[in-house]
Amino acid sequence: MLKYKSIEELVAEAEKTGQKISTLVLADQAEQMELSEEEIYSRMEESFDVMCEAVRRGQDKNQRSTSGLTGGEGYKMMHYSQETGGGLSGSFMTMAMSRALAVAGYNASMGRIVATPTAGSCGIMPGCLVSLYEDKKIPKREIIMSMFTAAAFGMVIADRACIAGAQGGCQAECGSASGMVAASMVELSGGTPRQCADACAIAIANQLGLVCDPVAGLVEIPCIKRNVSGVMIAFSAADMALSGILSEIPVDECIDSMGEVGRSLPSALRETALGGLAITPTGIKLKEMVFGKES
Amino acid sequence: MNVFDIIGPIMIGPSSSHTAGAVRLGRVANKVLHNEKPVSAVIELSGSFAHTYKGHGTDRALLAGIMGYHSYSEEIRDALKIADQRGLHYEFIPTDIPGAHPNTARMHVTGDQGGSCVVEGASIGGGNIRVDYINGMRVDFTGERNTILVMHYDKPGLIAAVTNLMAEKYRDVNIGNFRLSRPVKGGEAVMTIEIDGMPPKGMIEDIKGIRDVTNAILIRAI
Repeated sequence: MLKYKSIEELVAEAEKTGQKISTLVLADQAEQMELSEEEIYSRMEESFDVMCEAVRRGQDKNQRSTSGLTGGEGYKMMHYSQETGGGLSGSFMTMAMSRALAVAGYNASMGRIVATPTAGSCGIMPGCLVSLYEDKKIPKREIIMSMFTAAAFGMVIADRACIAGAQGGCQAECGSASGMVAASMVELSGGTPRQCADACAIAIANQLGLVCDPVAGLVEIPCIKRNVSGVMIAFSAADMALSGILSEIPVDECIDSMGEVGRSLPSALRETALGGLAITPTGIKLKEMVFGKES
Repeated sequence: MNVFDIIGPIMIGPSSSHTAGAVRLGRVANKVLHNEKPVSAVIELSGSFAHTYKGHGTDRALLAGIMGYHSYSEEIRDALKIADQRGLHYEFIPTDIPGAHPNTARMHVTGDQGGSCVVEGASIGGGNIRVDYINGMRVDFTGERNTILVMHYDKPGLIAAVTNLMAEKYRDVNIGNFRLSRPVKGGEAVMTIEIDGMPPKGMIEDIKGIRDVTNAILIRAI
């Protein structure tokens, strides 16, 4: 059985057996949950289907958040991508941005999403994987399998550090999501288990210290746009790892560092809405618009 | 922890603690009310819940749970409207429950056959909950495991009657945690039994059949 205490353990096991990390994780999870591999796979497939549906619904022109603070970002980016032939970053990346915005926005309008690993970072994995599925035509089965690698990496992160903004800031939510999906994308692109680990390390290192400072305490500003940053960082980390660039700091040490940085963040910067963007004059004004002056 | 704790749960946004956890808290009240249709819900909100419940949809989430919906039900968004259609009167009262977790709700729910319950609990993050009190009795369970609540009168031999039934008739059931709360000797009491795996078919009904047991309910794990 796998312990999910270190990513090194997963990489070593994959190298020893010559199997993909996702294959090992699916078999292990079936054993631990006393279900068949097919049942576990189907449950993961259901999550991917929910992500695809959330992209579609969130790209609606009339999408608005429950609070009224945000809305329509996924549509705007999609429209811009189509009108300009891909804007500055190219069609593939601008559409990935649109998908991340769509899912994070759909979450803010009380839509159905998959917490990956949390609701605040729910747009990052769909932004990446739905794009590979729809625009790069990677078969669905491969995409779903790669989610087991992402989930296993997430389990290690949750164990060694944390995945909640209230504990570790945004780096624990968006940073973890980027690291997880970067590993997925390396595996999908034929990279080695070691490269999966490097991609995760680079993605986490590049979001180290990111604070959780939601305006009015709502999962909207700056969360929705940070999902886009998470997507861009995941793609760049995966590409760096696939090109042979190494993470000088091993992934488990990056994760430990993220945990340590999270613990040293003041509580004002950990989802309490008492610091950062939340207490800028405009942040406070927006809060009063939603909740009134009293609170 | 398993892969679906990381990729999952599938839930209605925007917040696992303020929305998904709130639905699950509401569902506990729905279960405690047994098979009655809720007609009135007075919900006290404490801490962060009191300040931000409208923006996060915590009010709709709690009501949806009280009406029996799940944390992944699309109906949560329209829960206030659905409550009106169903004749469920509701009121939200921001309050301060001293010493309570920042995301705490105390729900006073009445059913259409005159039954009522008070459930107090907190949403403690990631959609996880902790139920603190049921009808004023300390219960303290998280819902991470399947949990059976047995309401009963405090009589000698009753704990043995319940656990013997589980041991003899349903041998595969393993109890992971057990707690008895009994505010007054001989009065109303509640057993909180957390078990590994799913309870076998018929077990809850069998427990209900035991003398001096007034109700037994299953709160499923996430």
